[in-house]
Amino acid sequence: MSLTAPLPSDVEAAAATSGGPQTVGVKQGGWFVRITLVVVIVIWLIPTLGVLITSLRPEAKVDTTGWWTALPHLFDKTQWTFENYRTALDQGGFENAFLNSLAVTIPATVIPITIAAFAAYAFSWMEFRGRYVMFVAVVGLLVVPLQMAIIPILRLYTGGAHLGEVQIFPDLDLNGTFLGVWLAHTAFGLPLAVYLLRNYIGSLPSSIIESARIDGADHFTIFWRLIVPLSVPALAAFAIFQFLWVWNDLLVAYVFLGGARQDRVVTTALQQMVGARGENWHLLTSAAFISMILPLIVFFSLQRYFVRGLTAGAVKG
Amino acid sequence: MVRQADELVEEPPPDVDDADADAAGKPSVASRGLTLAGVSLLRIVGALAIPLLGFTALWSTFDFLRDADANRFLVIGVAVVVGVGGVFALFWGMNLVTDLLPERLRDGIRPYVFVGPALVILSVFLIYPLINTVFLSLKDRTGDEWVGLDNYHFIFTNDSMLRSMRNTALWIVLVPLLAVTIGLVFASLADRLRRGEAVAKSMIFLPMAISFAGAAVTFRLIYSFRPEGFGSNVGLLNGIKSGLGMQPTPWMQQQPWNNFLLIVIMVWMQTGFAMVVLSAAIKAIPDEIIEAARIDGASELQVFRRIIVPTIGPTIVVVTTYMVINALKVFDIVFVMSENAENSQTEVIAERMISTYFQGRNAGRAAAIAVVLFVAVVPIMLWNIRRFRAEEAIR
Repeated sequence: MSLTAPLPSDVEAAAATSGGPQTVGVKQGGWFVRITLVVVIVIWLIPTLGVLITSLRPEAKVDTTGWWTALPHLFDKTQWTFENYRTALDQGGFENAFLNSLAVTIPATVIPITIAAFAAYAFSWMEFRGRYVMFVAVVGLLVVPLQMAIIPILRLYTGGAHLGEVQIFPDLDLNGTFLGVWLAHTAFGLPLAVYLLRNYIGSLPSSIIESARIDGADHFTIFWRLIVPLSVPALAAFAIFQFLWVWNDLLVAYVFLGGARQDRVVTTALQQMVGARGENWHLLTSAAFISMILPLIVFFSLQRYFVRGLTAGAVKG
Repeated sequence: MVRQADELVEEPPPDVDDADADAAGKPSVASRGLTLAGVSLLRIVGALAIPLLGFTALWSTFDFLRDADANRFLVIGVAVVVGVGGVFALFWGMNLVTDLLPERLRDGIRPYVFVGPALVILSVFLIYPLINTVFLSLKDRTGDEWVGLDNYHFIFTNDSMLRSMRNTALWIVLVPLLAVTIGLVFASLADRLRRGEAVAKSMIFLPMAISFAGAAVTFRLIYSFRPEGFGSNVGLLNGIKSGLGMQPTPWMQQQPWNNFLLIVIMVWMQTGFAMVVLSAAIKAIPDEIIEAARIDGASELQVFRRIIVPTIGPTIVVVTTYMVINALKVFDIVFVMSENAENSQTEVIAERMISTYFQGRNAGRAAAIAVVLFVAVVPIMLWNIRRFRAEEAIR
């Protein structure tokens, strides 16, 4: 830019004082902009709003009138109840499903991050044979659809693997266990985690690592004391992405954990409830909201990391 | 059961103390040539014993987790502790083992301690299945007899399969198109707000946080239909129609339009993502360029079309690719929305694969469908690798 060009702030100031038609629109929305935005936002919020309101209305009302008829009586106490949530948690089995979801999600988030962080460190700062080729393979695996892996993994879990008549992988009987789901989620999350963390850890200044090595620190110490604290932003971003991915996943949970009432997670429970009670809206909506509540809390409390995590996840297959 | 779990948690520490003492005593012992070999041997035995012990401990815990009668809270608590603690213990133990090994081996082995677990899991759970699925796709429904290309022949002649491909084509064209367009317009309009931009954007982004299953329930409520005589319509769309004095429509049975109603769900969920990424790209455009164009008399529409869109072109490509991959693999929405996708003719490829395997009990065909999905992403995979290698060349 040449020095004679006006700075943006000057232009804005000019626009604000003169208000001439030529400069209008510089960083401020007219009525058209605002109305369009409001219309889109309202359309986007209506579905969620419908679920929330329906879930809080008594069964008899839900069944006979649309949720929007409750809007004029927002402050009428007889319109609202928590009964549906009690029923969904208790008889619907969602309390158990919620706990199962936690038991699946927390380890399925921590395990891939830990494994990936170690691998990313090695790929960035250690010398070994095949380093480049292995990493290219990881990049290639980024977009492999997990449908490709489902049937062989199920067979591994229930019968092991055979080469001819020889058993080359033991029958671990992992189908329907938490460990089986964790390992599957770990595998499906690993390529992205390794890729992202290696990009981040690899871009840390080499002087830090070298001086630590001169001071006599071994790789394990450097990793825990130096790399992990420095990588918190990248670790947090991936953690949130993986947490939401696992929590919201239906496919892996359905395939490897199954739909038995005791073992199922919230998404599976929801899918089954749709099949069994497709028109019981008071239960369906409260169940749906139970499945959404934790991701929504994560969304509102960690929005900055959340966006970063999801954007980072853009390359996942 | 509780006692057993406690014991397992406490088991490792004594070993650790031994190992530490061993390592600390090293210099004085190392000076004596004869005992050196013995110490090396001890180290290797220790090196093998630690993982073995750890493995046994973990394994009996998993047996506990399988116990159906145990208290649920306890099972889940132990599951989380074991899952999270287990992975840390794994690396810590393996590193310890490496320290015990003779010195000349350590530096060569340690990198593999760090990458090893990742490589093992990727090989067992992704690379082996990839190859295995290709073989399975050439076998029959139980995976015992070779059937040649029969499964592929079925895929490309069966009505339901062909329809699933047509529908998937609809998804991979419409989802990126609509989500990116709405996201781009919304991002550039929100960019002009003086206040409330963040709030406006987070409202659109919110559906990204919920599951496909949750979103499917949400939209089932909107599309809900009750024929006359079966109660009033509580679904929003039919509610509006009744309000206008029209007959309600069974939305989900309107073939082929029901496909579009399902696509709307994914657009609703993914637009926020496109919007956030594109908004970041728009903000990265230097203000000077846009100001210069405005001063030269460009209209706002011209600025948008001639400057903003071309500048963020690469980002649009990346977002679109992401959406194409996602739309290609869509499963949950169709699975939850349609009780029987074949009846409503809303099949998609990924959903066919799961139905073929679990309802149809045909492993060979399901594997072949998975291979078709995989072949569809191979170009994107190669493109990713090429891009990565180009980036590495610059580094």
